[in-house]
Amino acid sequence: MMSTSRTDILTAIRKNKPAAVPRPTLRDLSSSGIEGDLLALFKKHLKEADGEFYRLESGKEVSALIKKLFPDAKVICSATPEVKGSRPIKPDTDPHSLADVDVGVFRAKFGVAENGAIWVTEEDLVITALGVLPEHLIVLLDPDRIVSNMHAAYREVKLDEHHYGCFMMGPSATADIGAVHVNGAQGSRSLAIIFLAH
Amino acid sequence: MSFNIVHPEKLAAEFLNKDKQHEPQHDEHLWTSRVKRDKEAASIPEWEEFRELASRIKQHTLTHLDQYLEQFEINAVKHGAVVHWARTAEEHNQIVLDILRQHSVKDVIKSKSMLQEECGMIPFLEKHGISVTESDLGERIQQLDKEQPSHIVVPAVHKTKEDIARLFARHIGTDPNNTDAHYLNDSMRKHARPLFLKAQAAMTGANFAIAETGSFVVCTNEGNADIGASLPPLHIASIGIEKLIPTTEDLAIFIRMLSRSALGSKITQYTSHFSGPRKNSELHIILTDNGRSKRLGMPEFWESLKCIRCGACMNTCPVFRRSSGLSYGAVYGGPIGIILDPTIDEKKYSELPYHSSLCGSCTEVCPVKIDISGQIRQWRRVMADHKRLSLIRRLAFKAGAAVLSRPKLFRAAEAGAYGSIKLLPHFLIYNNLFNAWGKHREMPPFAKETFHDWYQKNHENDEHIQD
Repeated sequence: MMSTSRTDILTAIRKNKPAAVPRPTLRDLSSSGIEGDLLALFKKHLKEADGEFYRLESGKEVSALIKKLFPDAKVICSATPEVKGSRPIKPDTDPHSLADVDVGVFRAKFGVAENGAIWVTEEDLVITALGVLPEHLIVLLDPDRIVSNMHAAYREVKLDEHHYGCFMMGPSATADIGAVHVNGAQGSRSLAIIFLAH
Repeated sequence: MSFNIVHPEKLAAEFLNKDKQHEPQHDEHLWTSRVKRDKEAASIPEWEEFRELASRIKQHTLTHLDQYLEQFEINAVKHGAVVHWARTAEEHNQIVLDILRQHSVKDVIKSKSMLQEECGMIPFLEKHGISVTESDLGERIQQLDKEQPSHIVVPAVHKTKEDIARLFARHIGTDPNNTDAHYLNDSMRKHARPLFLKAQAAMTGANFAIAETGSFVVCTNEGNADIGASLPPLHIASIGIEKLIPTTEDLAIFIRMLSRSALGSKITQYTSHFSGPRKNSELHIILTDNGRSKRLGMPEFWESLKCIRCGACMNTCPVFRRSSGLSYGAVYGGPIGIILDPTIDEKKYSELPYHSSLCGSCTEVCPVKIDISGQIRQWRRVMADHKRLSLIRRLAFKAGAAVLSRPKLFRAAEAGAYGSIKLLPHFLIYNNLFNAWGKHREMPPFAKETFHDWYQKNHENDEHIQD
């Protein structure tokens, strides 16, 4: 059944497709919509997306900040060597076991000035659930690793090398109830970026 | 048979006449999105160039769709995904059911997918004993209320906080009098978590599929698709064949435009890329046609396949904003719905092309430059050619054509209309039964004389209007 469907669909397309339209050539758009200092823009747009940011000097300081921000947190799970959490994470960890994580910690590959988003893959998360199941997220980011806009971002991204990659812009959000903006719809309730050189 | 035909005007009346809260609020919320969209569009100096580029990338992909689908399949399989092909909604649903049965799945957690909606997948799976939970908040609200989504981006935008408080009280035991959005959201979050953890399979749609890498992209603000895809060892993604684009370089253009056009945000909170399954998991992709290859062969309508489902045309449409998505009686509402639905069922949706003022605003905001209003006009012609006009419309058009083609008759009718409008009692013009649109508005005062009389008087020496 499957192979007939495939043939039928492709045959119908070949029969019906309109005259070929050439592919437009894309010029360099990596400065489109970008004016000023990339880090300053990143911070501004991160704020607009309800994300927080801090500049720290060491993993120790990050751990101290987590204690200060989330004094009641019981389970901290970190995928980055700078922070030692209370729950280990390995590639074969059952993702369901992260359901009770209060704070998830990982390092993002880079940030995007245009919108305040970070790029993160399963390599950075160890298992993808770490990016979405924890109540709160602490994300380390090298302040020198900020690209201008999505055109520059997609040049950095290697989709072929990762089964999962996500541009995450601030915490989870919704406006589905009375158009009121609410954070923490399903994913993390808060997201803080820690600028810490790699 | 006529009882099969959707009557948008009747459905619009239901919404317009509901109360004094629903319609104005709906109108305001959607217009807010439109205003935010304008602000974000203005932040990209090349916005109009982008619309042209996006349109041409889509035209190029669609006119080479067979090659790009084959390329996508090769690369997705290389990453370990299983690729299925479905000609119809029925085939799509059967493939899903077969996969779920092979894995003994009883509970599915799904994120928003207009394609799965279009296929009627949930009722089908439920009939076969599989429980399916929508994880997008707006979709979940609609699922609990047993209603179709009324908007492709904000599915429950026609509901007030009070509606949702009452709905949640009935279904998840919240306080019916607490209408605080934070409280209601948090209650649903806590209710949904166990369902995520229990599910043995996750389903998603896709916003884009990239031929070059065999990846697909899912955009959400809640992160619900990502939670689903990261938990059970089985992920099924339904992808309409028109979602293809060639490369990640092209993707940048679309990602920059999608959420700006939809809600006026820079990108969605989560823009997630899936290339093959997680470790120890399976990823199934169902490339679904369901009428798309046929639409590709319709010279006037194939460009509707460029649609990226942003909903900008809905937010800007004066008819949609005031009558709600439910008035279209179809999976796809709004201006884009008017041009998509008749390709699915021409008879059932034969009245939809008239649910429009043809103001053209949809065409102006469409990020991929679909001439939506032009296609609506075109669909009106198709309906007339195929003799699908209602009796009232047939009579009106016939009388109109007779009068308009005879100038003398036209002027007599025009003068007569001036008199009769003045004489007609207000309740007849604005009776809610006849004209739901008349509510909340008055006719402008008629001029004292017809244009023709005025012209004759004031331009006596000009070249005469020929009778």
